[in-house]
Amino acid sequence: MAKMIGTIEVDIETCKGCSLCVEACPTNVIALADEVNGKGYNYAYMANPDACNGCTNCALVCPDSCITVYRKKVEMV
Amino acid sequence: MEAVINEIKKPENLVYGKTKVLTDNVMHYCPGCSHGVVHKVLSEIIEEMDIQDQTIGVAPVGCSVLIYNYIDIDWQEAAHGRAPALATAMKRLRPDRYIFTYQGDGDLAAIGTAETIHACNRGENIVIIFINNGIYGMTGGQMAPTTIEGMKSSTCPFGREPVHDGNPLKMTELLAQLPGTAYVTRQSVHTAGAVRKTKKAIRKAFEKQKENKGTSVVEVVSTCNSGWKMTPVEANKWMEENMFPFYPLGDIKDV
Repeated sequence: MAKMIGTIEVDIETCKGCSLCVEACPTNVIALADEVNGKGYNYAYMANPDACNGCTNCALVCPDSCITVYRKKVEMV
Repeated sequence: MEAVINEIKKPENLVYGKTKVLTDNVMHYCPGCSHGVVHKVLSEIIEEMDIQDQTIGVAPVGCSVLIYNYIDIDWQEAAHGRAPALATAMKRLRPDRYIFTYQGDGDLAAIGTAETIHACNRGENIVIIFINNGIYGMTGGQMAPTTIEGMKSSTCPFGREPVHDGNPLKMTELLAQLPGTAYVTRQSVHTAGAVRKTKKAIRKAFEKQKENKGTSVVEVVSTCNSGWKMTPVEANKWMEENMFPFYPLGDIKDV
């Protein structure tokens, strides 16, 4: 059976920590970091990277276009 | 897991990234502002249709007055509310160009009501993108014509009362009645699904302009979390519960 695995890359300095991506993620991958970026915002990061399937919902709702999504199909044994 | 992530992060696996039509400038909007999403959607459509060098936008007055810093196309700046009048002139002078206006509710529904209604009534072949967040966001959250009944703003802190403050204006329904409009729709950008629908709607509006059908109006019901004094997530929920019953989403007119 094939499975989609995905990952996201967040542009930390552009992220404003609005948490819309946290809300939009259907698999609860994203969370806001305890650390802050140069502007003092708690940026978004992948807290649970195993669950990401690369659906792009987070990137679609991101107002600052700081999320890049990658997705790959892998064959499960 | 680190190895797997590095394995996936390759150009051939890229499914979604920032479009090249958006510049690298960091947007000055508040965290969670709907403007950013609409800018992104608009840029993606311009990239997909490959019309970056043929599109001219009319920037409004309001928070998005600096939109020309973010979307890499030609822009004109209009006086407050006069964007449809300027767009009329631009389209008549350069019918080969894609002309759109980007306006807020204070711009389109208050000071620019006459320009908007007459441009739509003449059936000018332009696209109007109308961002409706129910208040004047930039100047400090004052009541706008589109503020819904009971909604709090800095000039109606106990909620809008129709007896005292008048009734909210459904601008999009008003414009749909005019014979000059070809496509009138109301969308939102609060969820990924809504963003996809908005993208389809704006794309359709640009296609209508290509076919010389008439004026297209795309209203985007959006949030102003700073003006509403809420977090971005709360603002989206509040919008769903309170704005959507009064401003229902969907196509109103499609000729």
